Amino acid sequence: MTYIAKPPLRHPTLEKNRVGYTRRDYEGKISTLCAGCGHDSISAAIIQACWELDIEPHRVAKLSGIGCSSKTPDYFLGASHGFNTVHGRMPSVLTGANLANRDLLYLGVSGDGDSASIGLGQFAHAMRRGVRMAYIVENNGVYGLTKGQFSATADQGSKSKKGVINSDSPVDLVGIALQLGATYVARGFSGNKQQLVPLVKGAIQHGGAAFIDVISPCVAFNNHPGSTKSYDYVREHNESVSRIDFIAPGEEITADYGPGEVVDVRQHDGTFLRLRRLHADYDATNREQAMAHVQQHQSRGEVVTGLLYVDPLATDLHMALNTSARPLNALGLAQLCPGRPALDKLNASLR
Amino acid sequence: MSAVEPFRGASDLVPGVHGERPVPPRIEAVNDFVIKFANVNGSGSASANELFAKAILRMGVPVSPRNIFPSNIQGLPTWYEVRVSEDGWLGRRGGIDMMVAMNPQTWDADVAELEPGGYLFYDSTRPMPASRFRPDIHVIGMPLTEICNAVYSDPRQRQLFKNIVYVGALSVLLEIDDQVIEKLFGEQYRGKEKLLASNVQALHLGRDFAKEHLQGPLGVRVRRADRVGDGIFIDGNSAAALGCVYGGATVAAWYPITPSSSVAEAFQKYCAKFRVDPATGQNCYAIVQAEDEIASIGMVVGAGWNGARAFTATSGPGISLMTEFIGLAYFAEIPVTIINVQRGGPSTGMPTRTQQADLLACAYASHGDTKHVLLLPEDPHECFEHAACALDLADRLQTPVFVMTDLDIGMNQRLCRPFAWEEGRSYDRGKVMTAEELEAGRDFGRYKDVDGDGIPWRTLPGTHPTRGSYFTRGTTRDPYARYSERGPDYIYNVERLLKKFRTAADLVPQPVIAMAAQPTRLGVIYFGSTSPAMAEALAVLQAEGIHVDAMRLRAFPFPDSVAAFIAAHDQVFVVEQNRDAQMRSLLVNELEVDPARLVKVLHYDGTPITARFITRAITQVVRPTADPKEAQA
Ligand SMILES: Cc1ncc(C[n+]2csc(CCOP(=O)(O)OP(=O)(O)O)c2C)c(N)n1
Ligand code: SF4
Repeated sequence: MTYIAKPPLRHPTLEKNRVGYTRRDYEGKISTLCAGCGHDSISAAIIQACWELDIEPHRVAKLSGIGCSSKTPDYFLGASHGFNTVHGRMPSVLTGANLANRDLLYLGVSGDGDSASIGLGQFAHAMRRGVRMAYIVENNGVYGLTKGQFSATADQGSKSKKGVINSDSPVDLVGIALQLGATYVARGFSGNKQQLVPLVKGAIQHGGAAFIDVISPCVAFNNHPGSTKSYDYVREHNESVSRIDFIAPGEEITADYGPGEVVDVRQHDGTFLRLRRLHADYDATNREQAMAHVQQHQSRGEVVTGLLYVDPLATDLHMALNTSARPLNALGLAQLCPGRPALDKLNASLR
Repeated sequence: MSAVEPFRGASDLVPGVHGERPVPPRIEAVNDFVIKFANVNGSGSASANELFAKAILRMGVPVSPRNIFPSNIQGLPTWYEVRVSEDGWLGRRGGIDMMVAMNPQTWDADVAELEPGGYLFYDSTRPMPASRFRPDIHVIGMPLTEICNAVYSDPRQRQLFKNIVYVGALSVLLEIDDQVIEKLFGEQYRGKEKLLASNVQALHLGRDFAKEHLQGPLGVRVRRADRVGDGIFIDGNSAAALGCVYGGATVAAWYPITPSSSVAEAFQKYCAKFRVDPATGQNCYAIVQAEDEIASIGMVVGAGWNGARAFTATSGPGISLMTEFIGLAYFAEIPVTIINVQRGGPSTGMPTRTQQADLLACAYASHGDTKHVLLLPEDPHECFEHAACALDLADRLQTPVFVMTDLDIGMNQRLCRPFAWEEGRSYDRGKVMTAEELEAGRDFGRYKDVDGDGIPWRTLPGTHPTRGSYFTRGTTRDPYARYSERGPDYIYNVERLLKKFRTAADLVPQPVIAMAAQPTRLGVIYFGSTSPAMAEALAVLQAEGIHVDAMRLRAFPFPDSVAAFIAAHDQVFVVEQNRDAQMRSLLVNELEVDPARLVKVLHYDGTPITARFITRAITQVVRPTADPKEAQA
């Protein structure tokens, strides 16, 4: 049995956030992933982000596909409902869940096999539909759970653990997300928690489809020389365009950088994304520029990270469908059933 | 039917057709005949033909029309067959009494289909050689193209109004009340005065010509009757969509496929009418045209998991794509409603023809041991009822529920009982534990059988800050939803699912039994769109002294009454529209009855089964001395 419950010990002095929860309240079951797996660091970043955002854990619905990465929702936010769906199809299930209840926050967790191979279509369509969610791909360039086959994001020419060279060109999920209209696109690295936590916070609070591609090395099958998804490779080739801070409403906004280096991007809900530009000319609100930048650097073998694109005023599928503000799953007979007189009238019109 | 006055009207226009030959006898029948329109797809005939059928209906005479169309948008042949039956038989009868032959491409086949003594109405603008007509039928030529070309200059109008002109002529020949047609026009073109006037004009063109040049009425005629009562006339897909509205579905996800697309389209239409909050202008529904069937069922699964009533509508190939998700919904116990409008399979088999051939694919959809609830509506009335019922059952049972309609009911307008909705009827949301119940300390084990019916309790996401959350997955778990690979946990789970399935047998719509006039050892089991043909066949058989008790199945799993019915008869015919006797297989498999008792009656050429077919098949078994050649028709 691979299910391990965490002992419910609580230290009385643990710091609480504004909604009265300690960081421990955002944890889940004990991870059964390999020690050192990048995915565990991402879980930790999600825990940190939700705690810092003062989110009540049960207001989050966490959905995933199938894979090591897709197992992780069990390892954070234990008080949330989770749903481990089928391989590659988390986006549609999340879309339906979101349509049913727009009041929850939706976290979609997936792997690169899950999202870039079998689920490429669903990934793409969730982005273009503008389903409000934080979609996180834990990208290790291999199929972890089925033990080391190349995934569709493995770089051409990169080497598998067994020494096989990948001859296919890679799918770049960031490029696809940008192309298809995702309104928040970022790339992170599981080894850089400082950068990742604010990226996750920004994604969770975003008003539309938010996507984060997180390079997350697989220590069991893809962490060797020759792999472009290994810790060492990513550390050496990481090219960060920006660093973001997430500023919740009511927080003090201080300007500690000179103009031109910092922009505060105001979002719908009154939150700010503070972007510290590391590339002076990088404008994260320009989709075309972001696409060109990412591609140029990618062709040099660099891994561009940071918040690559954001539309701070993004809207979502509910807005497009003009759905009732009250969640659909909370509507009752009175709102839903036209009733007997309407039916009688309809019957009469069919004669 | 007897030969009375010979019909001579055609001889002016088709010189030489009957010239030297003896005049054939003609079919004589009032309010009891089959007329078929052979048209070209895209020629705009559909609305004219429908108008024709509706006019007869308004005269109080039951009709049942059927669209017979190819998988093509324009240019290929299409037919509209209308059965007129004062006795109210709505199944296909077989045979054609009058053919309106507007498609030169299918001429020979159309002419060949006519019963001896029948009537052939055709566009005589271009004369036809006598060899193209049968000597035993009556030919009525009318220069439709010539008439329209003389009156209309716009090519589209010339084409479109040809259809209205022939309806006008037919109304004279068949004695259909012209006032009725004009009233129908009035309803159809309310507020569009120009369209109304031009249609009425075309109608009169046809009527005037027929009065002047054709000799009516024919032997087949319509006479006012009072046999329609409060019946309504609607297609099953619209009815199912309306059932989803009444049943409280708020999320619909779909991917276009014939013959199911109009379910989603009608749902959209009814929602726009009934489900917009007048105070806010906001929609109390969400409809997504997904990227494929996998995504559409995925959305339904997500919405069902999150407590909304959700459905998808699809057909065979869509079901194939959905099966992985159906397995997940079954095992993770998520309410899902699937409306499967069946068509001819396998693969893209006959996409625009009807069958009942997805029974096994749906009953056992997905890998592993699975069993699913199927509802089997017989007509639009039940499409409405079963769609609403499916949403209740899916919630109650937390499992996929299929509404198994087919093209024949789905895409054809049927005369049926009016829709009913009992005042005070409410939704069965099933076992959903609330925050208050959790707060009160009720033990929550997501997969625990607390009530002994196999149905566990669930909680919806976001219900309570500290209690009731659980992790949903397709892998095995213990009763508290904790991941488990232990054999006993697995067995507990799958045995409970089986118990739940047995519970379902009492909750689904129960079979309808019709006992024969005399005690008999013969029985027949049938379901779905076979119903009207079966009703007629039973009457015919009885008239011939063959008594058969009948059971119409309305759902799977089978309640005990089904096994009892089979046990009470020596021979039970199982009538279905597929090659492999899928319902019979289900009966044998689920009830462990002796297969020898169940006699196959199978019709699977893609056309709706006819009363003649059923009658002959049963007669052949009961009285094997009957003419074997007939039995094959
Ligand atoms: C339909 C289907 N095909 C194949 C599988 C087997 N499978 C399970 S996980 C997986 C790949 C997971 O890879 P990825 O999404 O990259 O996640 P990782 O394990 O690397 O985190 C595959 C192919 C499956 N579960 N379902
Ligand atoms: S196999 Fe790879 S991806 Fe899976 S848990 Fe181990 S390190 Fe992580």
